[in-house]
Amino acid sequence: MAARVPFGERYVAGRSAIHTADARAKLPAALAYVFAVTLTPVGHWPALALLALPPAAALVLSRLSLLLVLRRSALALPFLLAAVPLVFTKEGEVLFNVPLFGWTASQEGLEAVLSILAKSWLSMLAAVILTATTPAVELLRAMRSLGLPRLLVATVSFMYRYLFVIGEEALSLMRARDSRNARLPGQKGGGTLGWRAKVLGNMVGSLFLRTYERSERVYAAMQARGYDGEPRFLWRRAWRATEVVLVVGLVAYLAGVELYARY
Amino acid sequence: MLGTRVETAVETAVEVIDLRFAYPDGVQALRGVNLTIRRGEKVALLGPNGAGKSTLLLHLNGILRGKGQVRIAGVPLRADNLAQVRACVGLVFEDPDDQLFSPTVLEDVSYGPLYMGLPREEVSERARRALAQVGMTGFEERSPHRLSLGQKKRIAIATVLSMEPAILALDEPTASLDPRARRELIHLLRDLPQTMIVSTHDIPLVRDLLPRTVVMDGGVIVADGETRAILSDSALLAAHGLDVY
Repeated sequence: MAARVPFGERYVAGRSAIHTADARAKLPAALAYVFAVTLTPVGHWPALALLALPPAAALVLSRLSLLLVLRRSALALPFLLAAVPLVFTKEGEVLFNVPLFGWTASQEGLEAVLSILAKSWLSMLAAVILTATTPAVELLRAMRSLGLPRLLVATVSFMYRYLFVIGEEALSLMRARDSRNARLPGQKGGGTLGWRAKVLGNMVGSLFLRTYERSERVYAAMQARGYDGEPRFLWRRAWRATEVVLVVGLVAYLAGVELYARY
Repeated sequence: MLGTRVETAVETAVEVIDLRFAYPDGVQALRGVNLTIRRGEKVALLGPNGAGKSTLLLHLNGILRGKGQVRIAGVPLRADNLAQVRACVGLVFEDPDDQLFSPTVLEDVSYGPLYMGLPREEVSERARRALAQVGMTGFEERSPHRLSLGQKKRIAIATVLSMEPAILALDEPTASLDPRARRELIHLLRDLPQTMIVSTHDIPLVRDLLPRTVVMDGGVIVADGETRAILSDSALLAAHGLDVY
């Protein structure tokens, strides 16, 4: 198939220290980081500033484009909408009133919203740096060797493999539809909204059926090569000392920040 | 008697006796297939779409289980010896996106040997050898979705070569390949020593590579003989919707 799916791959090739670090170190480091950020008390700005240091350092070391990282981490912004009502629902020192509705904005509420924004953005930042410097295949291997349930890892690995195949099928379905979106001069084309929705529904249904049938063929191909219901993977590689030290160091730093934020 | 061959179990690679199979939706795909393939034979499986070619291939390693008997190297296929039979029959599917289900080429080529329970050195040695055999050394860490169809087809063959099967069953190996990829694939198939059964619509491939031809239509075998004789029987070919150009 000639069509290339314009989505999917998050990895940005590079040779930096962050790129070459073992995914088995990067994955738990990123998870520990997100965990620490989540645990930070609301409105403790010095702690959040200290927590911004590790991703900032990783960003500089990785030589990723700042614009790319900012664009991808903007994915966290829509969640802010869900947090906005907190400004009015949390009780505390009155900031201002919305006259007609009788809503009262509070200082505490504003702090909560800003904390949620900062925390979700920092967490996104860690995830973006992780996925931009680590090939998906390496992440999968890391999940395996860190002892995630095999069935889960196998499922994620199939998802990664077939995301592109199914994406290409969807793309060619849409192209086939668009190629027949002809219009005669002087005629009002396009059909009714209901009819168009029906066409789209049929396309989604056909994609589902194709995917379902493919899953049966893939399963047959697995069986043909001996699959017996138990996912098995290639062997693990040896750990490198520097990476262990790095992860332990990061975890110690995070624990230090959390302790500082509380006492 | 002169001219008769006594066929021993060792010489017979595949033996199919009165095989019948219906899909769950009621379509009767095989209606009594009888076929014997000797060791080292290269057999073409011709026939229109829906003749039952792929269904027959799926029976050779027990993915589908119909009524009747399938024997591989003299051993009847049973539920308890499926794993051994699958090590013996390498089935290559038509769509390489079905066959290549792992995130990287190396993992896919290692899959079969890994499930055979081979030691780690043996697994990587076999994967290396299979990739070299199909001319894809250096692609180990690539993701299948980044490859061309011709490359995917070759790697799909490597994924069964690494299992070192005695019999290769290929479903439409040259379908939708461009002329160069097709030529490369034919060269690859020519050099493989295994017993081979190839379902195809590619008549030049049959003529070049496969001395024996079996024609299927409507779930039965309607002709079986020397490729040259069958391909020159235009009445037979026309009756079963096949053209020779």
